[in-house]
Amino acid sequence: MTSVLAIDDSRTMREMVSRTLSAAGFSVTTAEDGVLGVEAFRKARFAAVITDINMPNMDGFGVIDAIRKGDVNRKVPILVLTTESGAALKERARQARATGWIVKPFDDDALVDVIRRVTGTLPE
Amino acid sequence: MSSDSLKATFFAECEDLLDALSAGLGAMADGSADGETVNAIFRAVHSIKGAAGAFALTDLVGFAHKFETVLDLIRSDTLTVDADVLRVITRSGDVLADLVEAAQTESGEIPEAMDALVQSLVTIAQDAVPAAGAAATMDFAPLAFVPLDIGPISVPSSRFAIAFRPERGLFDNGHEPLHLIDALRALGDLKVECDVSAVPPLDQFDPENSYLSWTMELVGPVSEGEVRRIFDFVLGLCDLKIDRLDDASVEDDLPLAEAGQEEATAIGEPAMTGEDRGQGLAPDAPASGKQPRAASAVAAAPPTTLRVDPERVDRLINTVGELIINQAVIAQKMRAMGIPPNAEVIGDLDDYRYLAREIQEGVMAIRAQPVKPLFQRMARIVREAGEATGKTVALVTEGEGTEVDKTLVERLADPLTHMIRNAVDHGIETPEKRLAAGKSATGTVKLSAAHRSGHVEIVITDDGAGLNRERILATAQRKGLVPPDAKLSEAEIDNLLFMPGFSTASTVTNLSGRGVGMDVVKTTITSLGGRVTISSQPGQGSVFTILLPLTLAVLDGMVVTVASETMVLPLSSIVETIRAKPSDFAPIGPNGMLMSVRGSHVPVLSLGGVLGLSDHDFDCERAVFVLIQTDSSEPVALAVDHITDQRQVVIKSLEGNYGSIPGVSAATILGDGKIALIVDTEAVLKMAAPKRSNLHALALETSHDRIAHLG
Amino acid sequence: MTELPIWDENETLEFVSLVAGQQSFCIEITQIREIRRWTPVTSLPYAEASVLGVMNLRGAVIPIMDLAVKLGLPSSEPSERDVVIVVSVNSRTIGLLVESVAEIVTVKGGDIRETPAIARGEGTKSIIGLVSLDEDMSRVLDLSQLLPAQVEEVA
Repeated sequence: MTSVLAIDDSRTMREMVSRTLSAAGFSVTTAEDGVLGVEAFRKARFAAVITDINMPNMDGFGVIDAIRKGDVNRKVPILVLTTESGAALKERARQARATGWIVKPFDDDALVDVIRRVTGTLPE
Repeated sequence: MSSDSLKATFFAECEDLLDALSAGLGAMADGSADGETVNAIFRAVHSIKGAAGAFALTDLVGFAHKFETVLDLIRSDTLTVDADVLRVITRSGDVLADLVEAAQTESGEIPEAMDALVQSLVTIAQDAVPAAGAAATMDFAPLAFVPLDIGPISVPSSRFAIAFRPERGLFDNGHEPLHLIDALRALGDLKVECDVSAVPPLDQFDPENSYLSWTMELVGPVSEGEVRRIFDFVLGLCDLKIDRLDDASVEDDLPLAEAGQEEATAIGEPAMTGEDRGQGLAPDAPASGKQPRAASAVAAAPPTTLRVDPERVDRLINTVGELIINQAVIAQKMRAMGIPPNAEVIGDLDDYRYLAREIQEGVMAIRAQPVKPLFQRMARIVREAGEATGKTVALVTEGEGTEVDKTLVERLADPLTHMIRNAVDHGIETPEKRLAAGKSATGTVKLSAAHRSGHVEIVITDDGAGLNRERILATAQRKGLVPPDAKLSEAEIDNLLFMPGFSTASTVTNLSGRGVGMDVVKTTITSLGGRVTISSQPGQGSVFTILLPLTLAVLDGMVVTVASETMVLPLSSIVETIRAKPSDFAPIGPNGMLMSVRGSHVPVLSLGGVLGLSDHDFDCERAVFVLIQTDSSEPVALAVDHITDQRQVVIKSLEGNYGSIPGVSAATILGDGKIALIVDTEAVLKMAAPKRSNLHALALETSHDRIAHLG
Repeated sequence: MTELPIWDENETLEFVSLVAGQQSFCIEITQIREIRRWTPVTSLPYAEASVLGVMNLRGAVIPIMDLAVKLGLPSSEPSERDVVIVVSVNSRTIGLLVESVAEIVTVKGGDIRETPAIARGEGTKSIIGLVSLDEDMSRVLDLSQLLPAQVEEVA
């Protein structure tokens, strides 16, 4: 079972991501801000992390930074969930060492596809 | 259905966010705001916008976006908040709340003040950043998501040469080249060559660096855009060259393309295993060349699922239920006609039943979901509960693939969470105690699911200390849930756990004791048409077994006759059936009757009487008694005329054409085509409640008296 | 229900005429789903007197009402000679027990006469017009007035 950590301060988004990915056979852990997210990340082995950018306590870039500079599983794929699209976002995400991005609102299948791609769990 | 509950979550969250927003705006107005206040306001608006987009609430998204733009300028100190700005953003908060309300009530109303405010917001943004003014007004609000077009069915195959050399940064950002290659492989037939020549000798090898490069050839019914999309995330982190090769060369290379075929069509046969691909394709691969080109394109497309309105599935389930009843009706009529069981037509009828069952199972399977995600959530509950109590507990799951009706999966989450917490909190001992008892320090909670003859059985087992029956009984007696001198069997004591208002822990822990008791667990499970039982061995642990129907459309019932009407009692509320001796009865009051059931006195009700179908009398000698117990009541014996059968029935609503009936939850159609009403046991007991509570009070007194006499 | 703008002057209407409580009534044919023989029903607890019970109509549970009782007319125990007219009212399906079904009557909208004011009252509020037959007259029923009490609450 592939575990995914979803960090978002919006309950709706957490639930949406969690439902979509659970339905696709992923095990989803959620956290409601960056600090709790990084905490959760250190406690278990995740195959991917999805994080919102704008969050209280620690934002999404902080999360990426903490994970990439940490000792645990620091090369985990991290996807940022954002309402922006366009080249500026892509560049910023890449600079921040995010693996990829998902633009809100997202389509269920697209989210699953992206997670499968970065975790190498595409169906045969 | 699920999107409705998600919407409910969204609106609930909006309420919180709007509260936070107005609190923040209030703080800005009275000058008590700090930097974090603006951040919080911004986030609230941003979160509403983000989630609203998912529900295509375009008015809300559009307005939130403009509002957010201004808040962002305040947040970044580009815009100073003066009285004017404050007024605009405060009013914007109100309009945002109105828009949320309009979305919730689906009124489609646009708040009157909105247009003017949008204008003010845009002006404020433009004035704050004159240079970027144009950009600020430009709407980069998210577009409603347009699902990716899987494409027309017959996309001709194309061939691409891909050269890919990752840079170090690609790994640093969490990418894995092999996953990218897998993604390409999902698009068609892929030949991969890996160049390892750049790998340095071991002593110079830096594991963080990237030395490999790949050249690949992809053949499949995909466009160049789709191929490039795979590399979207890694642009700038690798050297990448994608060339579209001449289509004409395709045929020469690929043995699969049959002579005479206009285009290489089956080349991207996606069903091939990796091994097959590696070995190349046998020239005489049977039939594959004849495969219609559409097939290869379809198969290469991502797997699609069918989304169906749950209501349609429910209707189908209903109709199939009819079909099965219809079969039973015919069978019964044929028996009545005296057709011998070995007649050919009976055999045909058996086939009919078999087919109907097949269809039923198939249809039910549409609503079925594996319990796996549910079980996985429990793993976390165990971890959390273990941490909170300082116990080491391992969760073992079994039968995760067992499929259960979607609604059941959803509604089981709460009761299971509670039971698992209980198992860790009250069942499993501390490591010290376990070691002292000769057990391993780590406790085990086992969660299993299985199908058992038309039911789903979920079992929660712990290897803890087992139920402390003495304490349970003492607690129940202290709380007045049982008479102080009641003699209860072990099973009866165990079942006290499910009584409302019962809690075993002498100190309420913050884990299980949140005011939710096992009675709530039982209520939920009963409302799902299921039942829950306990067994426990001192020192060895407890087992909680939940038995549920496979679907909510059927109910396990006991078919009884009351005042010449056939009725169905839900099995989930039946404790047992009793045939009583005249000596078991004791009249009480002018009309009341008590029955002795293993030493305790249970009030007797005439079911026909409560439902107004007959008078309240019953014949002690002839009647059969069904001991029922619901979550809100003590046991009561219902007098009925006969018990005829125990079977699953398809639930039919009465509300559609008639309305609700006191004491009746629904109806069903029996094998003879007649309608039988399904008794709402809970309601029946409530209807008889005033009298019943008196009876109970009297019953208690009687037992006291008797003891007093004996003493 | 007091005025008669329900039907166009020149509209041709078809009614099924029936007998209940020894009086003649008629129901617009478009409201009738089927006509079947009476079969015993399952009684319902706490139902109004006119509700005989529920019947299985190909898997649907439909309430059956004794039309005569509902209209306050004399009625006798239902027997196999009686007929059930299954009608759709406000997207609900109910069955009406009647003594017999007579014929299909074709009338012009303009030929439907208003119920005389003096005859209006509690027992006749479900009669919305009068149709002349050869020597008799038939009462046009407003089915929405016939729904069992509880159904109205639910609706």
